[in-house]
Amino acid sequence: MDMEFSAEQQNFRDSVRDFFENTYPSDIRDKVRRGVSLSKDDMVRSQKALASRGWAAPNWPVEYGGTGWSPTEKYIFENEMARADVPPVVPFGMSMVAPIIYSFGSKEQKERYLPDILNSNVWWCQGFSEPGAGSDLASLRTKAVRDGDSYIVNGTKTWTTLGQYAEWIFCLVRTDPTVKPQEGISFLLIDMKTKGITVSPIQTIDGGFEVNEVNFDDVRVPVENLVGEEGKGWTYAKKLLTHERTGIAGVARSKHQIGKLKKIASSIPNGGGATMMEDDDFRRRLSEVEIELMALEFTDLRALAAVQTGGAPGPESSILKIKGTEIQQAITELFVEASGYYALPYTPERFDDGSNVEPVGPDFAAFAAPRYFNVRKTSIYGGSNEIQKNIIAKAVLGL
Amino acid sequence: MDFAFTEEQELLRDSVQRFVRENYPFDKRNKLAETEAGFSSENWAMFAELGWLALPFSEVDGGLDGTVIDTMIMMEEFGKGLTLEPYFPTVVLGGGAMRRAASPAQREAVLPGVIEGTTHLALAYAEEQGRYNLADVATTARADGDGFVLNGRKSVVLNGTAADWLIVSARTAGKQGDAEGVSLFLIDSSTKGIDRRGYRTQDGGRAAEVTLEDVRVSGDALMGEAGAGLAVLEAVIDEAIVAIAAEAVGAMTALNAATVEYSKTRVQFGTPIGKFQALQHRMVEMFMETEQTKSLLYRAAMSMDSGRPDAARCVSALKVQTGKAGRFVGQQAVQIHGGMGMTYELNVGHYFKRLTMINSLFGNIDYHMRRFAALDGTTEAA
Ligand SMILES: Cc1cc2nc3c(=O)[nH]c(=O)nc-3n(C[C@H](O)[C@H](O)[C@H](O)COP(=O)(O)OP(=O)(O)OC[C@H]3O[C@@H](n4cnc5c(N)ncnc54)[C@H](O)[C@@H]3O)c2cc1C
Repeated sequence: MDMEFSAEQQNFRDSVRDFFENTYPSDIRDKVRRGVSLSKDDMVRSQKALASRGWAAPNWPVEYGGTGWSPTEKYIFENEMARADVPPVVPFGMSMVAPIIYSFGSKEQKERYLPDILNSNVWWCQGFSEPGAGSDLASLRTKAVRDGDSYIVNGTKTWTTLGQYAEWIFCLVRTDPTVKPQEGISFLLIDMKTKGITVSPIQTIDGGFEVNEVNFDDVRVPVENLVGEEGKGWTYAKKLLTHERTGIAGVARSKHQIGKLKKIASSIPNGGGATMMEDDDFRRRLSEVEIELMALEFTDLRALAAVQTGGAPGPESSILKIKGTEIQQAITELFVEASGYYALPYTPERFDDGSNVEPVGPDFAAFAAPRYFNVRKTSIYGGSNEIQKNIIAKAVLGL
Repeated sequence: MDFAFTEEQELLRDSVQRFVRENYPFDKRNKLAETEAGFSSENWAMFAELGWLALPFSEVDGGLDGTVIDTMIMMEEFGKGLTLEPYFPTVVLGGGAMRRAASPAQREAVLPGVIEGTTHLALAYAEEQGRYNLADVATTARADGDGFVLNGRKSVVLNGTAADWLIVSARTAGKQGDAEGVSLFLIDSSTKGIDRRGYRTQDGGRAAEVTLEDVRVSGDALMGEAGAGLAVLEAVIDEAIVAIAAEAVGAMTALNAATVEYSKTRVQFGTPIGKFQALQHRMVEMFMETEQTKSLLYRAAMSMDSGRPDAARCVSALKVQTGKAGRFVGQQAVQIHGGMGMTYELNVGHYFKRLTMINSLFGNIDYHMRRFAALDGTTEAA
C-alpha cells in the first residue's frame, strides 16, 4: 500500500494540468467557473478538445481509442479535470452506448458508430425509462415488431436527458412479449431524424429544461441497428448500468465543490462579526461532508484497484452511487445555507452567458438553490438509491 | 390545557379551505406566479371582504382582535394551497410591527387601507452583512432638524415591490451589532431616495432589494421609541415564525398526503410502491416529523398567546424542528415520487421549494439552535 504518486505519475499530472491550462478552450472553463449554462456547442467543443489530445474516452479499450491509463492515472485525470473547471463528458455516447457497442456490437457497428462517438460528431441520448417503467425497467412496453428488414417501433420513452440535442437514441425495446419480461428485450440504435419520432420538453423543478419525453409512432428502424442478439438487451443494459453507477460517484467534482464552498464561505459574514468559514456550526457540517467524501474517495479507489486486478465493477459500485449522490446533494445544501436570505432571489437570467444582469446579493447565491433542487435527481436516476440498497442487500449481503 | 379550536376558528379554517379549493388549482397557481405582480388582486379583494386582512388588528384599529392561533390556522391552510397572495408580509410582518409600535396617527394613515385591501406593507429589516442577526444594522437614520435622513441597503424585502409603506430598521445610535440604538421607521415607499429592485423568489413569491439614499422623513415617521426597535422586531419576527411554521405544517401535510396517495397508485415490480417497507417506514417518518412540528407549533402559539416568558425559546425550538422536518419531508416527497417529483408541472417540487425557503428565512436551523441554547432557563414545565 502506498498513497504517494511516483515521479512518472507526477509528470503525468503536470502534463494534464498543462493541457487544461494552456490548450483546452478557456472560455468553457470560465463559463463553468461562473456557473452559467453550457450550450450544446460548448459541450461538443469541450469533448472535441479532449479527443484531439486522445483523452476523450479513458475507459475504452485502447484498440477503439481508449488511453490505456492505470486507475491512478484515471484518478489523476478526473481530479485535474474538476480542478480546471472542465465540464464532465456527456455520458450517453461515451460511457453508455459505446461500451455496449464495443462489447456486443458487430464489426460494422463498431466501425460505423465508435469513431463518431469518440470525436463527438454525433450526440446520443438514452431511451430506457418509460412512464410506466422506471425502477422496474424490465416492465418496459415500447415494442419493436419485425417487418421485413425493419423493426416498427411504437411507444414512449421519458426523462430522456438532453434528448433535445440528440441525433441518435439507444433504446431498450420489447421484441418478444411472450417470454419472461427480461428475455424479450432488445437493444436498438435509432436515428432521431426518423419519421414518427417526437421530442417534447419536460421542465424540472429548478426551472430548467434538460429532460424530455420521446414518442415513437410507427418508427421504422433497420434490423442492422439491433445490437447483439435479439432478446439479450436486458443483459447488455445491466452491464451498462454498472458502468453508469461508477461514473456517478463524482468524487473529484465533489472535492472541487467543497474547495469552492470553503473559499466562498470565507467571504460570507455569519452575522456575528465573523465569516461563515469561522462559524463553528457551519464548519462542523462542512467537515462532516468532507469526511464522508474522504472515505468515498478511497472506496472509489479500492473499487478501481479491484477492477484493475481482474474484477468487474460489481454490486459494490452501488455504494459509490449512493454515497456519491448523497455527498453531492449535501454540498449543494451547504451552498444554500451559506446564502442565508440570498437563497431566495430567483434570477434565472444569471444562467445565461453574457447576461449583464447584476447579481442580487453575493455572486454565487443565484445558483445555490436551483442547484440544490436540481441535484435531487441524482438519488432518483441511474437506478434510485433505494434500488441500489436492494442490490447491495441481495448481491452483497446475500439477503 | 385545551387543544380544541373554537367554533369561530373551525369556521375560519373552513372558509380558507374553501378559498383554496375554489381558487388554487395548481396549474392556475403556477400561471399566477409567472405574472408581473405574482398574485391576484381579485383574491386580495376577497381576503378583505372575508375580513382576513382585519384579523389580527385590534378593534380600535378596525380589526377583529384575532389571536396568534387564528393566524396560525389561516397560514396552515395557505400552506396547503401554496397561495401566493402576500398575506404574510403585509398582515403578519408589516401588520405585526404596526400593531406593536405605530402611533395612533400612523395607524390611522395605514391600517384602514390594509384592512380594505388597498394598502400593502413590507418589513425591511435584513441586511447582507447581518445574515440573521437583527441587531446587525448598518443602515443609519441621522437626526436632521425635526426629521431623519436614512441611508443604507435592505436585503430580500418580502413584498418590497408591491408595498405602499416600508417599515425600515435603521440605527439612530450605537454601533453595528448593538442591541440599543435600532429604530423603526414607517416610510411611504414612493419617498425620494428609495430605490427598489424587485425580483421573483425561488418559491414563486416576490421580494426586493431596497436602497435608501438620503431618504428624508419627518420626525413622526419614527415608530415607537427611538433606539428601542430591536425588541419590537424580535417580537414581530417571533410571531412571524409561528405563522410560517404553520404554513410549513400545511405544506408538509399536503406533501405527506400526496406522497402516500402516489405510493398507493404507482405500480412497479407488479405492486404499488407503497407496499415496499423501505418506503413505508420513510413515509411514517415523514408523518412523525410533521406531527412533531405541529406539536411545537401549538406549543409556541399557545405560549405566545398567553404571554409566557418561554415564548421566544419555544419559537426557536419550533423553527429548528420546522427546518429539519421541512427538509426531510420535502426531499423524501420528491424522492418517493421518482422522476415525477422532479417536474415543474407537479406541485410536489413547489412545496419542497417553499419549505426550503422557509428554512432560509428568519434564521436557519443553526441560528435557532444557538438561540434556543442561549435562552436556556426560560422554559418551565407546562
Ligand atoms: C433528471 C432525470 C434525468 C433522467 N435521465 C434519464 C435518461 O436520460 N434516460 C433514461 O432512460 N432515464 C432517465 N431518467 C429516469 C430514471 O432512471 C428514473 O426516474 C428512475 O429509474 C426511477 O424511476 P421512476 O422515476 O419511474 O420512479 P419509480 O420507479 O416509480 O420509483 C418511485 C419511488 O419508489 C422507489 N422504489 C421503487 N421500487 C422500489 C423497491 N423495490 N424498493 C424500495 N423502493 C422502491 C424508488 O426508489 C422511488 O423513490 C432520468 C430521471 C431524472 C429524474
